[in-house]
Amino acid sequence: MARSIMSEIKKDHIHKLLAKGRRVDGRAWDEFRPISIQTNFSETAEGSARVKLGNTDVLVGVKMDTGTPFDDTPNKGVLATNAELIPMASPTFEAGPPDENSIELARVVDRGIRESQMIDLEALCIEPMKEVWMVFTDIYVLDYDGNLFDAAFLGAMAALKSTIVPAKSHDKGDDYALPIRHFPISVTAVQIENSILVDPTLDEEKVAAARLTVTTDENGDLRAMQKGGQGALTMDQIYKVIETSQRLGADLRKIVG
Amino acid sequence: MGGNSNVKLIDDNGIRIDGRRVDELRNLKIEAGVLKRADGSAYVELGKNKVLAAVYGPRECHPRHMQNPAKAIIQCKYNMIAFSVGDRKRPGPDRRSVEISKIISEAFEYVVFTENYPRTSIDIYIEVLQANAGTRCAGLTAASVALADAGIPMKDLVPSVAVGKVNDQVVLDLQKEEDNFGQADVPMAMIPRTGEVLLLQMDGHLTRVQFDRAMELAVPALHQIYAAQKDALARRYAVEQSDEPEDPATSEPQEG
Repeated sequence: MARSIMSEIKKDHIHKLLAKGRRVDGRAWDEFRPISIQTNFSETAEGSARVKLGNTDVLVGVKMDTGTPFDDTPNKGVLATNAELIPMASPTFEAGPPDENSIELARVVDRGIRESQMIDLEALCIEPMKEVWMVFTDIYVLDYDGNLFDAAFLGAMAALKSTIVPAKSHDKGDDYALPIRHFPISVTAVQIENSILVDPTLDEEKVAAARLTVTTDENGDLRAMQKGGQGALTMDQIYKVIETSQRLGADLRKIVG
Repeated sequence: MGGNSNVKLIDDNGIRIDGRRVDELRNLKIEAGVLKRADGSAYVELGKNKVLAAVYGPRECHPRHMQNPAKAIIQCKYNMIAFSVGDRKRPGPDRRSVEISKIISEAFEYVVFTENYPRTSIDIYIEVLQANAGTRCAGLTAASVALADAGIPMKDLVPSVAVGKVNDQVVLDLQKEEDNFGQADVPMAMIPRTGEVLLLQMDGHLTRVQFDRAMELAVPALHQIYAAQKDALARRYAVEQSDEPEDPATSEPQEG
């Protein structure tokens, strides 16, 4: 995410603690910050969730509408994911069109939803080639204290799982819950020197050299990955994050419900 | 990933629709120094992919507020030209190319000695002239050779390749049909000498065992691409050496 200036004292502090195997907030390397998820935050959205991951605060809403399918998937609903890093969330976020950070965030979340085949898109077909449901997932970052990827993904999961297809208002019969087949969860870790830290805070992200997000499904299979940051990861570190994602994914799934 | 595994892309003898085995790379051709004005350049053909990469810099950094007083910044722009794909691509950056540009820029930060050139920008332009799946990897492979051709000091060359899953089998270097109807795609880039991973993405569906298999296929292929990169640079400067009798070590590419 956006890099901003950080005091040397703070950097030293993180490094010195890490040398003793500790984190600034006292968490274990593989421990998430407290998570709270409030679904149905919005009455105007078809589904929504506000997620707090430590001090990171993200609001995700799902809107649905009918539209024409893509030519290559004439019998499938359409998915679209967008993320906005709004200026209120951080002094480093600027108003205006989405920058590379918000595009990457949206695309990594989108990949997790899409590639896990979480949503039964065929069930969202109204008439092949003519009319399908379109699912728009919009992510708004309200307060940025690190690990937007997982906060946004948890929010997207909770929002989609609470989404009611507004069939009635479109004269398509009775409303029904969005058809969900799989339950992907993303886990993001950063590398600082030789350490791997799960669910990094903003300060940890600023010190980190590289980042890896691994999205697994309920069977522990891999559905999406994204390496970020200017550093390099060893294969051992990659396997460590994969295994951690498989393990913590099970716990996080219970929190989303 | 279409995930449609009904399309048969590997026959009973393990041969793919373009005649390759599952662990076989497409034909790879790399040429260094193909453009005159750029400080460094390279052309890569990987199967039916045709990709050009050019490097400008280190040069004054624009926009100025992006300058880093401690090091150079790397700004990669990956672009597909309008007629590089089946349906015409609307010119200009889209969300996909912005993301690819970002991760390729980040991949090179680790290998380039950016601290040698504070306040400057090293600009990498990747143009996909013809696309047939795996263009980000071909582009990164080309850009690495272009950086070397520009004489920019680096820890090493960076080869890149994609591994994927087709008809429930893990295969190396997906081509277009395999990408469209495949079940997983894992583009990666690595420093072969150290095994450090600079780019890693994945989409689709892989079990842990399949991911391990994917890595087994990727590593030798990356070494093969790495050898081709070095060979391209050797050929480029071997030609210069025969033209000019001076010490080849000092024959930096000069402004024409």
